[in-house]
Amino acid sequence: MASYEEILEKVIGELSALTATDANLTENSELVTELGLDSFKVLDLLMDIEDEFDISMPVNLLADVHTVKDLAERIHAVINTEPGT
Amino acid sequence: MSLFDKFQPLLQDRQSLLGQDVDPFGAPIEEIYSPTEARINGRKTILAGTNNYLGLTFDKECLDAAHAALDELGTGTTGSRMANGSFSGHRALEREIAAFYECEKAIVFTTGYQANLAVISGLANNEDTIVIDADSHASIYDGCRLSGADIVRFRHNNPDDLDKRLKRLGERAANTLVIIEGIYSMLGDKARIREFIEVKNAHQALLLVDEAHSLGVLGERGRGLVEEAGVIHETDFIVGTFSKSLASTGGYCVSNHPQLDLIRYASRPYIFTASPCPSVIASTRAALKRVENGADLRARLWRHAQRLYRHLHDAGYELGPEPCPVIAALLDTREQALALWRGLHEHGVYVNLIFPPATPDGKSLVRISVCAAHTDEQIDKICEAFSVLA
Ligand SMILES: Cc1ncc(COP(=O)(O)O)c(C=O)c1O
Repeated sequence: MASYEEILEKVIGELSALTATDANLTENSELVTELGLDSFKVLDLLMDIEDEFDISMPVNLLADVHTVKDLAERIHAVINTEPGT
Repeated sequence: MSLFDKFQPLLQDRQSLLGQDVDPFGAPIEEIYSPTEARINGRKTILAGTNNYLGLTFDKECLDAAHAALDELGTGTTGSRMANGSFSGHRALEREIAAFYECEKAIVFTTGYQANLAVISGLANNEDTIVIDADSHASIYDGCRLSGADIVRFRHNNPDDLDKRLKRLGERAANTLVIIEGIYSMLGDKARIREFIEVKNAHQALLLVDEAHSLGVLGERGRGLVEEAGVIHETDFIVGTFSKSLASTGGYCVSNHPQLDLIRYASRPYIFTASPCPSVIASTRAALKRVENGADLRARLWRHAQRLYRHLHDAGYELGPEPCPVIAALLDTREQALALWRGLHEHGVYVNLIFPPATPDGKSLVRISVCAAHTDEQIDKICEAFSVLA
């Protein structure tokens, strides 16, 4: 089972490939307003994350996700409630 | 922050990109001469971005039927079918669509957009999961949202990816609604439907196919990809629109699941909106007959599509993956796409301009839709304009 820190590291890895602004990518970076991801880039990122962790993470779970931290926490929660992971 | 502040970036973006020139996202159509010609911004223009695939907007039988219905039944129904009742035309059209597909049940909706909203939100609720193609039309996304269901996306037109995502759902996969489109509206690619059927059967999921751009375009009798692939009866729900090949407005869903009928009582986009106007229903019924007997129109449509696709490909444009009546030229930036759109406009050719995020992979598109009513000379002119601007 992945720890929060491991998840955060992987999310930042995926994001830096997407945004090319890794210099100031932190836990508190805002996905849309700061990193400039459009709604579909965030959704595509979610598909990559599902594959990376082999989980199912519905799009609607992103409703209150604004920052990198929100996202990592949400993934952490999903992984910890998924049966068999 | 005021309500209107959020429009500021949109306004600035529009002003800096579009300036004072004609707005590609609201081109002024001043006069319509035929299914393929109009005056736009003072210029006689070939219409190559209308989705009017079979060119039926001025079909004599459709016009006559609409005129007669107007005179007999008036201009509107002034309410929903639940409140104001079903006109005989509504019921007849439903019977005819069901017969067309040889399916048990059909429901007609006021637009294609509402058909997706109504069917998806009628079928699924917050205890269900819907798995959709990542490049699905906005009406599919909105229907999923309205349903409150969990929404999972799979990679575009990739049955293996769907399989993987259904596996991850475990037992829930058995009740999952999977949604694909017959022909994808942006790039004109066809769904790998047979493989999708295999995957959904393996998981006992249910499949909904949106044939918005394939009705009238594919299949012997124009029933879309489900007919071409021979899977009408393996598809759980077929949704479509009247606004493209049928040249009116409205939408439908057909199914062999008897429960489809109950959506009428359980679906807000069916209940809380006025039913289609009598004239719209009448022209749609006439158009449906023409579609069914439209092998001649389909042959012309595909001949034009093949020629145009080959020409654009040879002229060096990056195109969608296969020849189709929807042909998209992919450009890296919005500015390049806008310049091409403007150039085509100046050459008297109207196409669609589409920017991200409505496009796959962040590209910008100049999108053509071919019409069976185009003449060979019009196709020549479209080819020439693209060649000059390449
Ligand atoms: C795939 C798809 N579904 C649904 C619709 C909605 O149809 P309508 O414009 O008839 O509401 C469209 C077209 O706009 C579409 O492309």
